[in-house]
Amino acid sequence: MTDTAEKSPHQIDVKEFHPRARAALHNPQIRQNFRKAMDGLMSKRTAAFEGWDLETLRDLGANIRKRALANLPDLLEQLEQKLTENGIKVHWAVDADEACKIVRDICVARDAKSVIKGKSMVSEEMELNHYLQERGIEALESDLGEYIVQLADETPSHIIMPAIHKNTEEISQLLHDKTGTNLSHDVNYLTASARLQLREKFMNADVGVSGVNFAVAETGTLCLVENEGNGRMTTTVPPCHIAVTGIEKVVPSIEDVTGLLALLTRSATGQHITTYFNMISGPRKADELDGPEEVHLVLVDNGRSSIYQDDQLVDTLRCIRCGACMNHCPVYTRVGGHAYGTTYPGPIGKILMPHLIGLDEGRHLPSASSLCGACGEVCPVKIPIPDLLVRLRQESVDGDKLHPARVRGHGAKRNTVEAMIWKGWGLMHSRPGFYRFGTGIAAKFRKLQPGSLGGWTQYRTAPKLAPKTLHQRMKERQQ
Amino acid sequence: MADPIKVYPSKPEKVYFYGTCLIDLFYPDAGMAGIQLLEREGIEVLFPEDQTCCGQPAFTSGYHDDARAVARSQLDLFPEDWPIVVPSGSCGGMMRKHYPDLFKDTPDDVRAAEIAGRVWELTDFLLNACHIKLKDLGEPATVAMHTSCSARREMGVATVGPALLGQLENVELVEQVRAEECCGFGGTFAIRHPEISGAMVSEKVGTLVDTGARDFVTTDCGCLMNIDGYAEKNQQPIKGQHILSFLWQRTNATGEQTGKGGDKQ
Repeated sequence: MTDTAEKSPHQIDVKEFHPRARAALHNPQIRQNFRKAMDGLMSKRTAAFEGWDLETLRDLGANIRKRALANLPDLLEQLEQKLTENGIKVHWAVDADEACKIVRDICVARDAKSVIKGKSMVSEEMELNHYLQERGIEALESDLGEYIVQLADETPSHIIMPAIHKNTEEISQLLHDKTGTNLSHDVNYLTASARLQLREKFMNADVGVSGVNFAVAETGTLCLVENEGNGRMTTTVPPCHIAVTGIEKVVPSIEDVTGLLALLTRSATGQHITTYFNMISGPRKADELDGPEEVHLVLVDNGRSSIYQDDQLVDTLRCIRCGACMNHCPVYTRVGGHAYGTTYPGPIGKILMPHLIGLDEGRHLPSASSLCGACGEVCPVKIPIPDLLVRLRQESVDGDKLHPARVRGHGAKRNTVEAMIWKGWGLMHSRPGFYRFGTGIAAKFRKLQPGSLGGWTQYRTAPKLAPKTLHQRMKERQQ
Repeated sequence: MADPIKVYPSKPEKVYFYGTCLIDLFYPDAGMAGIQLLEREGIEVLFPEDQTCCGQPAFTSGYHDDARAVARSQLDLFPEDWPIVVPSGSCGGMMRKHYPDLFKDTPDDVRAAEIAGRVWELTDFLLNACHIKLKDLGEPATVAMHTSCSARREMGVATVGPALLGQLENVELVEQVRAEECCGFGGTFAIRHPEISGAMVSEKVGTLVDTGARDFVTTDCGCLMNIDGYAEKNQQPIKGQHILSFLWQRTNATGEQTGKGGDKQ
């Protein structure tokens, strides 16, 4: 967010991660909803990749994204040229605020009063709904999960399944309270009532706003992956379609989409293919019966080009937003998406958000990981998430003189006491004689070992020093 | 990520044994068990006296200057071309995977990369380089196993522990639900985010207890300290051991019980 962006009702202090995480950990409903959902998603993903040479496919995915990123500036220019030829108007936004203004200006020019939205995480990043509403333009989410979250005046807790933090009972109550449906736990009934309400909105909307999964430079095609058909309605029924996307989503050719799509749907929801896959290549032509009169693409930077400058951090931009990293994250599974307080939660959020909001604001994000590596193991484009977390930890404490920190807000987590502790630790462990003397003394006086070790002994007993160190035992053996 | 293809050395005459600081201070019996298993395979074990710590705690906490200072002091310890074996996936992963990055752009880069290429997680080394054959001498027993995340994902040895336990005739290995999930330690993570780490270890202990086993083995003393510490504090009926201690105890015919007891004082 830029400094000029207005505070939205959802804007929360990302630094307050601990209290939110604690609250979630003590909320049995949240714990159960996430555990159940993540267990299901993990096993669906495993089943979907059965019989596939997953490592080779992941290598392919990683290489497609690496190649695209290596040529990003050229590809973006090619994309703009092709889209323009196809009759799609291209806009560039340096940040979220500018992206919102572009969307508003298009709406104003068309005298649009209502916007229907397909799912788009970039629009969440922009806080577009809030921005438009403040300016008298109604923006309604049409993805069922997003619709629920919007009704509840919340933000998505997962990038693929925005309302995953709610169970059927909670959703039923919400729909009853807000839209007057019956208090039923029949998922089909609830879905049908939401569809009924949304159908009318589709017909009357002045503008449809969607995201983009892949933007193909060679052909000027915008690909949109979805399950509910709301994406197709959003991009075809209203007379004007505005797609918003991050600048990193471009790929060279349509062949590149095949591999990425196979990985995306299986990694995300364990589906071999989604119910809908839309390829948008321009506004309605003279001889066509339907489709929008106008199509726009807003390419949003919002911090991405600064990530792009760094040889290591650039890997962050490979992400195809499947959410597998969060589905497999033991921390995300326990604290849920809202604890992070960021647009993108979970492992990808921990490596992406610090660039969008600064490492001062996002100082607790990189440390909230046991570095277990589950995220990196499942990432379909092989983003080395644990390595990037370590890099951001180093940036947040300015811990490497050889490789000075460069992310905005770096050093915010550094404190003198902790730095002194590590300095002392380093001095002791880089002087073997001193180390043996110190550890020998510790073993000898092990009875004096403190029983309380802060956060450790809150849940566990303290580890017990052995009567003799391995060094001492090996020494005795050699004598 | 684990290397896509590992090229194991043939069984060497000698190895360097890198004991790790956790084993040195808290679990020396596990270290001794590892050394004895290697010696029984006819390998001479070199124990460099100047070993301290691989540097990982500072590295994962972001204090790379301090991590590098410690790691640099360890680079001199392995002058000859013998494999370096480590009874920990975590410290092994630090040396094998992260040393090359840590020493990038320094005069030690080549040396660090060369050393990294010689580092092996010890159970992996016993199984796949030494082709160890274990003869079980123990009473029938049921155990569960927790493979550390770094052993599983950085060193790629998830199948090694079960394969070794599978050689023990009287040992039944039972698998806990979500076996591949982290136990919640993660170095300073457990101190910075104690509640989240606590929730993770509590569930890990729960799934281990649910297997019905009363003993578990693990590749890493970090996980052992975490899981055992939680079980002990919360009086849960499960007790852990380093897998090397367990393997030595089950197969040791000499009556020498170095691998047992002392770590549980």
